[in-house]
Formats: sequence, structure tokens, C-alpha cells
Amino acid sequence: MFEIFTVIADWLAYGMLGLEPASRLGAAVHFFIEDTTKIFALLVVMIYVIAMARASLDLERVRAYLHKRHRLAGYFFGSGFGAVTPFCSCSSIPLFLGFTSAGIPLGITMAFLLTSPVINEVAVVMLWGLLGWKFTLAYVAIGMAVGIIGGMLLDAMRAHRWLQDFAAKAYQQAQAAAPQGSDDSGEPVPAKRLTLGDRHAFARDELKEIVGRIWKWIFIGVGLGAGLHGFVPEGWFAANLGAGQWWSVPAAVVAGLPLYSNATGVIPVLESLIGKGLPVGTTLAFCMSTVAASLPEFTLLKQVMQWRLLATVFLILLINFTIMGWVFNGIAPWLSIGGA
Amino acid sequence: MMKIEVLGTGCKKCVNTAEQISEAAESLHVEAEVEKVTDPAVIMRYGVMATPAVAIDGKLVHSGSVPDRETIEGWLRG
Repeated sequence: MFEIFTVIADWLAYGMLGLEPASRLGAAVHFFIEDTTKIFALLVVMIYVIAMARASLDLERVRAYLHKRHRLAGYFFGSGFGAVTPFCSCSSIPLFLGFTSAGIPLGITMAFLLTSPVINEVAVVMLWGLLGWKFTLAYVAIGMAVGIIGGMLLDAMRAHRWLQDFAAKAYQQAQAAAPQGSDDSGEPVPAKRLTLGDRHAFARDELKEIVGRIWKWIFIGVGLGAGLHGFVPEGWFAANLGAGQWWSVPAAVVAGLPLYSNATGVIPVLESLIGKGLPVGTTLAFCMSTVAASLPEFTLLKQVMQWRLLATVFLILLINFTIMGWVFNGIAPWLSIGGA
Repeated sequence: MMKIEVLGTGCKKCVNTAEQISEAAESLHVEAEVEKVTDPAVIMRYGVMATPAVAIDGKLVHSGSVPDRETIEGWLRG
């Protein structure tokens, strides 16, 4: 089904531009054309379809649903809703406070917030198209695991002590009134009733909004990926940063930290890295570190968290990414994913 | 005189919302004071979970997106 994009790229790069398939420039240009056409086509279709489906999802209902769950299930559902809910980093503060002031445990809220930027339809569609379904599943599993484990650890440490005062007070009052797991979560929230026309309007706006926001990231990401693809020698990563070198995973996490990108920009680069023999766990660790642990977003959270809590969350993320990277390097042969 | 608060922690959409409201008020000749609220404690008190949100004279009327022109004019006409 995706061969059409290879044909288009063959035709443009080798036919129209007259580039040599064996040359570096030819390989890079071919990669760039194939990936940009494929990604844009997939995105337009998928964003529209998914937006149609989730037009009726709203945060009030998610919150009421989470509130009724048993604590343990709450981490899982928190992370799951984080994955399917559209999310803009500028909404993280009100969302955090909305959950906290309803008495939802900090760990469940954080499971939501940690998973949300990592897993979204754009990331899943791109991974699927560029790296196949096994890698996509691995990515989703890690993204959710990091959120769930991170949330559990934070609650185990009773991290809500380190919220900013006004948030901590709101949390305690709500906890006293209706603890997690109780059915008493106030007024039931009715589902929105939407016609097909409403859904279409919502999906069209979403499509415009998302593509308008990410198109430049796709060009940057695919451009970088194409450069790597054409100009880094085959097997260079395997030889220098292979799975044998245990330190390559924490090194990848640290290297990803100052790089602030969203999932859209980094996935085309992953495709090239794996193609050149970088182990799959190392690549995933690098990706998560780039996408999830971004300093600008963390500084935003300072408004509701004390430094101590911020630093704890950050540390948990880094340790999680590293462990996940090792685990996936270990099981990669068994999953038969990656370049090797 | 209407007091219109735009709630949001300072993203582009919130600035955009405030500008749209000011423009609409001017073109309709409605006297309105448009204020951007970024204090998270105030936003929490309104119970808003998605920004930008809009409150008129202390009452929440909108949240989660940049409101369209028709909606804004509806508020301003009262």
C-alpha cells in the first residue's frame, strides 16, 4: 500500500532530477521525497478519521471516569487517556489543576501528563508508516509504562507534599470530601450529542490546526533523517554505539535532553538511525528523552510544583528511559525489530 | 461596562483570543475591559481544564479553544 510513495520518489528523484540512485545525494533526496509524501498523505487521512471518532471526548468526562476507578486501575487509565486525548502543552497547567482540585491522586494525573506528549495519533501514524507495527507497539508500550511507573513512584513517595501551596490545599480538601475510588464525584457529566455534521466540523478544524502546527517539523525531521540516511556510512552506529556498549543507552538519554522536539520531528530521524544500525532500545531511549523531557515544558510546571517535585519527576523520567532502553535492546532480537 | 477575562497560562492561542475579543468590541462599539488572566490559582477557581477560556463579569462562558467571531459578538451584544 505504501509502494506508491516509493514510485513517486523514484520518478521525482531519479527521473525528473536525474540523480544517481547510488549517489549520496540521490539516496538523501529519494528518502526526503518518499517520506514527506507518505507522512503528509497518512496524516491528513488519519487525523481526520481519528478526530471524527473522538469529537465527543471531553476532559470533564475523563476526570469523572478516572475518579471512580480503583487506584491501581487509575494509573493505567490515566496513562491511556493521556495517550488518546489531544493535548497542547499550554493546557498542562489548567489540566493538572483541574484533576488535582477534584482529588485525583497526583500519580494518576502525572501518568496522564507524562504519557500525553509521547503518544498521540501523529506519532503513531508516523511510526506505523515508517517503522512498522512492531516498533509502533513497542513505542506505545514504553510510553505508557513510563507514565504508569512514574505515577506510581510519585504516589509511593507521597510527592503531593511538594505541590505549590494553593494546589496542595485544593487537593487535600477534595480528598477529604470524596476520596479516589468513591462514587461520589459530584454531578454526573452528560455526554455531548453530536451530529455527523458537528463531527465533520470538529475534524476539519483539528486537521487544519494540527497540520498547521507540525508541517515544518516534518520537513526538519525528514531533512535531518535524509541527511543521516545519505551521508552516515552503513553500520557506523552498530560499530560505535551498538547494544554491546551498555553506556550507550544513558548516553542517548542525556544527548536527547537538550534537544527539544515533538514526536513529529524526531520520528523520521529514528528511521534513519535504526536503518544505520543503532540498536532499537537506544533509539527509543533517545526519542523519549527528546520528546517527553523538555525543559520549556518543565519550567511551565513550576507554577504548580515546588522545585523538589519537578526534580523528582525529571529524575524518574530519566531513569525510566534508561531502563526501558536496556530492556528493549535485550528483547529486540526476540521482537525481530530494528536494522539488525 | 463588561469585564471580560481571558484565562490561560500565556500561550499563543490565549493572546489570539484576547485580541479577537478586543477587535470585536471595538467594531461593535461595545465598552469592554479585556484582561488576560495567567494566575493558575484564579484559573483553578473557575474550574477550567482547557485554555484559552473566557469569563464575562466573573461567569465562565467558554473554554478549550479560540472562540469564533460569531460567538464573541453574541457575548458582546449580551
